[in-house]
Amino acid sequence: MTDLAAIAALPKPKRDFLPVLLPVILALAMLPLIGSGSSWVTLTVASFAMGMMIFIMASGLTLVFGLMDVLNFGHGAFISVGAYVATLVLLPLASWVQADSLLTNLAVLAPAAFLAMAVSGALGLVVERVLILPVYGQHLKQILMTTGGLIVAEQALYALWGPQIIPLPLPTSLRGSFIIGDIAIAKYRLLAMLVGLVVFCGIQLVLNRTKIGLLIRAGVENREMVEALGYRIRRLFLGVFMVGSGLAGLGGVMWALYREQVHASMGNDLTVLVFIVVIIGGLGSIGGCFIGALLVAMVANYGGFLVPKLALVSNILLMVAILMWRPRGLYAVTSR
Amino acid sequence: MMILSGDPPRSRALTLILVVVIAGLAITPLVFPGAKAMNVATKICIFAALVASYDLLLGYTGTVSFAHTMFYGIGSYAIAIALYSMGPSWAAVATGVVIGLPLAMLLALAIGLFSLRVEAIFFAMITLAVASAFLVLASQLSWLTGGEDGRSFQLPELLRPGTVLISRGTLGFELNGRVLTYYLIFIASAAMILALLRVVNSPFGRVLQAIRENRFRAEALGFRTVFHLTYANCIAALVAASAGMLNALWLRYAGPDTSLSFSIMLDILLMVVIGGMGTIYGAIIGATIFILAQNYLQALMGAASNAAAEAGLPLLPGLLHPDRWLLWLGLLFIASVYFFPTGVVGRLRNPPRKSA
Repeated sequence: MTDLAAIAALPKPKRDFLPVLLPVILALAMLPLIGSGSSWVTLTVASFAMGMMIFIMASGLTLVFGLMDVLNFGHGAFISVGAYVATLVLLPLASWVQADSLLTNLAVLAPAAFLAMAVSGALGLVVERVLILPVYGQHLKQILMTTGGLIVAEQALYALWGPQIIPLPLPTSLRGSFIIGDIAIAKYRLLAMLVGLVVFCGIQLVLNRTKIGLLIRAGVENREMVEALGYRIRRLFLGVFMVGSGLAGLGGVMWALYREQVHASMGNDLTVLVFIVVIIGGLGSIGGCFIGALLVAMVANYGGFLVPKLALVSNILLMVAILMWRPRGLYAVTSR
Repeated sequence: MMILSGDPPRSRALTLILVVVIAGLAITPLVFPGAKAMNVATKICIFAALVASYDLLLGYTGTVSFAHTMFYGIGSYAIAIALYSMGPSWAAVATGVVIGLPLAMLLALAIGLFSLRVEAIFFAMITLAVASAFLVLASQLSWLTGGEDGRSFQLPELLRPGTVLISRGTLGFELNGRVLTYYLIFIASAAMILALLRVVNSPFGRVLQAIRENRFRAEALGFRTVFHLTYANCIAALVAASAGMLNALWLRYAGPDTSLSFSIMLDILLMVVIGGMGTIYGAIIGATIFILAQNYLQALMGAASNAAAEAGLPLLPGLLHPDRWLLWLGLLFIASVYFFPTGVVGRLRNPPRKSA
């Protein structure tokens, strides 16, 4: 019997599709409530774009937790750092940003995003070595250490850039929206969706189709076994941590452009949202994180449209509802 | 030793510091009647109680809650809203207490039952989310809470600064409503800290410590850990809400920045860790160090920042700016978690042995 036949003979792992259907059901259920089809499309696109941005920020956090049982309360710092670093490129080259040409705009946006990712990734390296390495396996100290790191990072940003809000205008060619009939879709939201999908597919490809991804998934499942097989899982984890931090930085840039402003407290504010997403999705699960981000964004957008007052606590209600249904999140990956 | 529940400071240096701090707090209104000294002393009293209640959670059960300011805020707002809407009377104060404390406890019960079943890390995240939602609610429901501006109110006649009970001539100092309020807060805080000392030294407190050390084993011994943790959460919430009430009485104001903001939560965390987790006494030390630093170190930093600016050094003026003092405190925090995980109290109780 060949290897292939042996694999085919194995029973297929059961696929759990229920959570995947959840955002679809939610979106369809909202259609009659909202009434007008065009505002429904606009809201759905808006929540998709927002969800993608949150997903980019949250994906690193969930992987880091899943792989190494480390919850980084300072994750928000990488988000702010990314946004601030992007201003280093975007503000001096304001004329390129204002130019009415998609190519020129992207020529300045892409390096800004890459620089932001590089700097927050490098910062991730420092944080992992200095703050997290000494306290592996001790949850309480991890929370305290990373919270301390968050304070220091936020204050350092204030010291370096000042406490004022930095306005960060969108590039000219990404302003406005495409109008199809009576449906308006903001251009920047399309870009955000695109980037988010690329990141999601990229992570899924790496996790499912490469050796490193195999090791990461194995590490999530059983760390000791991977170590026993001779792989240096600490180094693997360092890599994941850096990538996660870099993604948080990218998310920070995108969020800053979305809000068109940068402030050191943004990381802090987004941390809560990112945590909710990670909890809903199930700690350590990329797919769950993706769906969680979508759900959170949908509830925020639809809720804000239908019952504005409820939008303030809608995320908490969503989290409670999901945890009632599945106490360990949509997809419980880790045995922890 | 009855009053300390059989848990004395167990270190000569620590006893000395505690006596100095408590005596200093007790005579502050007589020796330093100025507004700033009184404010600092009051803040130390209130935060010592608040931090001690947080220590019950963090130090004794090992759960990290980010919702402690929420309970503090509930207490503050309960008093503020009651006195604001009912006028300055003792009935209003009583109403605030009667509504505020059960509300805080019910909320703690709900959060506890819902999320203490799972791991510490989950609880930390859920409390963070709930607390931030509460902060948003408090600043948005402006018909009730006054929104971002908060609620200012009048105190009952007896506690007002203008009320002079004993004039300066008789005793050499003035006993006015303000001083009376101060002693009310001082005694209430001391009572709460002693009560917490009682709680942690009871059999119940021992179970909490057992859960902290090994939850699985505590459960195997037949303790219902969820029940114990939730109970501890409720006690901590009650004390935090009471501390919030005292704070509102002193400030004659309750608002999001003074009672609910995330930065207060971080302050509490810093105080517990600097003072020493799992000791209760650490709360007094931590609160004293932190608040003295907050009020007097900032002036020093301002001077240093100006000096650095005049010397033309780059970056340093920004880093030493008085508003950036949290940066240095954050560094101190990380260093103390790493190097002195037992805090000041633990250090004084078990001085490091010289290596042979």
